[in-house]
Amino acid sequence: MKFGTEIVALGLFAFVALVAAGFGVDEPFRQHMWVLLIVLLGFITILLRNTSFAAPAAIDPSAYMDGPIRYGAIATMFWGVVGMLVGVVIALQLAYPDLNIEPWFNFGRLRPLHTSGVVFAFGGNALICTSLYVVQRTCRARLFGGDLAWFVFWGYQLFIVMAATGYLLGITESREYAEPEWYVDLWLTIVWVAYLVLFLGTILKRREPHIYVANWFYLSFIVTIAMLHVINNLSMPVSFVGSKSYSAFSGVQDALTQWWYGHNAVGFFLTAGFLGMMYYFVPKQANRPVYSYRLSIIHFWALIFLYIWAGPHHLHYTALPDWAQTLGMVFSIMLWMPSWGGMINGLMTLSGAWDKLRTDPIIRMMVMAIAFYGMSTFEGPMMSIKAVNSLSHYTDWTIGHVHSGALGWVGMISFGAIYFMVPKLWNRDRLYSLRLVNWHFWLATLGIVVYAAVMWVSGVMQGLMWREYDEQGFLVYSFAETVAAMHPYYVMRALGGAMYLAGMLIMAWNIAMTILGYQREEQPMPDPVPALQPAE
Amino acid sequence: MNYNLMREFADSWGLLAMALFFVGCIAFALRPGGRRQADEAARIPLKDD
Repeated sequence: MKFGTEIVALGLFAFVALVAAGFGVDEPFRQHMWVLLIVLLGFITILLRNTSFAAPAAIDPSAYMDGPIRYGAIATMFWGVVGMLVGVVIALQLAYPDLNIEPWFNFGRLRPLHTSGVVFAFGGNALICTSLYVVQRTCRARLFGGDLAWFVFWGYQLFIVMAATGYLLGITESREYAEPEWYVDLWLTIVWVAYLVLFLGTILKRREPHIYVANWFYLSFIVTIAMLHVINNLSMPVSFVGSKSYSAFSGVQDALTQWWYGHNAVGFFLTAGFLGMMYYFVPKQANRPVYSYRLSIIHFWALIFLYIWAGPHHLHYTALPDWAQTLGMVFSIMLWMPSWGGMINGLMTLSGAWDKLRTDPIIRMMVMAIAFYGMSTFEGPMMSIKAVNSLSHYTDWTIGHVHSGALGWVGMISFGAIYFMVPKLWNRDRLYSLRLVNWHFWLATLGIVVYAAVMWVSGVMQGLMWREYDEQGFLVYSFAETVAAMHPYYVMRALGGAMYLAGMLIMAWNIAMTILGYQREEQPMPDPVPALQPAE
Repeated sequence: MNYNLMREFADSWGLLAMALFFVGCIAFALRPGGRRQADEAARIPLKDD
């Protein structure tokens, strides 16, 4: 019977959720388990409606398994819109505090929904679906483990739903980028190990002797995130039917564990994983091999050897021992070299084909992503220098830096990859519209520029106001005065974010129409070159 | 096994081993004759779909 085992397993899982909802010791946990029960019942209903007793069709073991990748591309679009929309909402909440709607939609609960939504839901789905696309095509092998890829896909969506609803209910571990409580963490661990087995199994059964460098980056991302997630979330639940747990670490050890996790989430989730994307999709879209393969190998080893030590720069001038702060700073500065090596490698892949920048908006998007990778990996090490950090830390400058990396690098390279992948996955000749890609490119680029520039001004102003003393040694500004001074910048920041979101909505429309099989009638890109005329 | 022992191991033999491994990786990537193999590997994504 099709889906027989799945239906039984989900039924048992739903029963456990029901029991937990009944015996839960705190109200948020009981509510969360009801959410889980409803989601699982939804899953079961869909499976029951699609089950059949006919013999399953034989699977061609030499064909690529693209079903979960198609779903992943759609999920990337969906969560991208949700996560960025929440981002614009919280930006407006900062500018207009009346928009905080108690208790579920105040800033404190929506902010982790935004960060997890864009990093783990949008970025995570983009990484999972592109990694499965790339590993099959560079290993020339079908995904390992039969339906394991489906488990990874749906298991990850369940993690996202549980994390997101938990935040809104007020359930949080208050660990940066790792807010879900212990039971959601355990579920993610199971899904992530399945993902590792799926990816590694496919590499092991490859028919291509060499493991292409993109897979190295993807694999380092999967392995490191597993390690970071498990260690950062070591904690003791108060009750096995309760939503509260306490960290295994305390004091400065806990702070360092969190930022060892937090910075490597940036280094391995938002950098190494997306570099895997760059090393496959840029050569594919440009139809040229990567500029220097040996440089990409050096990029890989230098990046993973250095990144893991950079976390302490988040704890400058805290109780963390001075030597550890300096270590974090030094390793962050050394990261300049591999980051820029990688950037040059990505950009130079286009050498000899620079005209594509004019003719192909997807390449333009990828090049803009790599340019932002270079800019934010220049800015980051600079901000990790203690003297600079004493001005930038705790200000909006940090927020601007994160967004130039996240919107510029992570967002743009994912958009490029999805634009490349979707017509191939659904066997379409081309995208619905290249002109809409062009619109998306400009809206996104201008949105980032507005956002980052405004946050620089606002952040530097904030830092300078905080440290302003008068001649008698008193602080010149109260905290509330700095907040009032930032109001105009907060409004402009929301505008920059809204432009980026508008680009994302155009993309969602474009991708949906491509999947549905439409082609927009439009003047082809590039614009026809006017015929040359002799000068008179 | 206590903190100090692990710390001493980390900043002596551990550091040496990691540094050597790293230098070895770079040296292997740049070895004479590695270019041809690297150029071949770089063409993997362009081979087929």
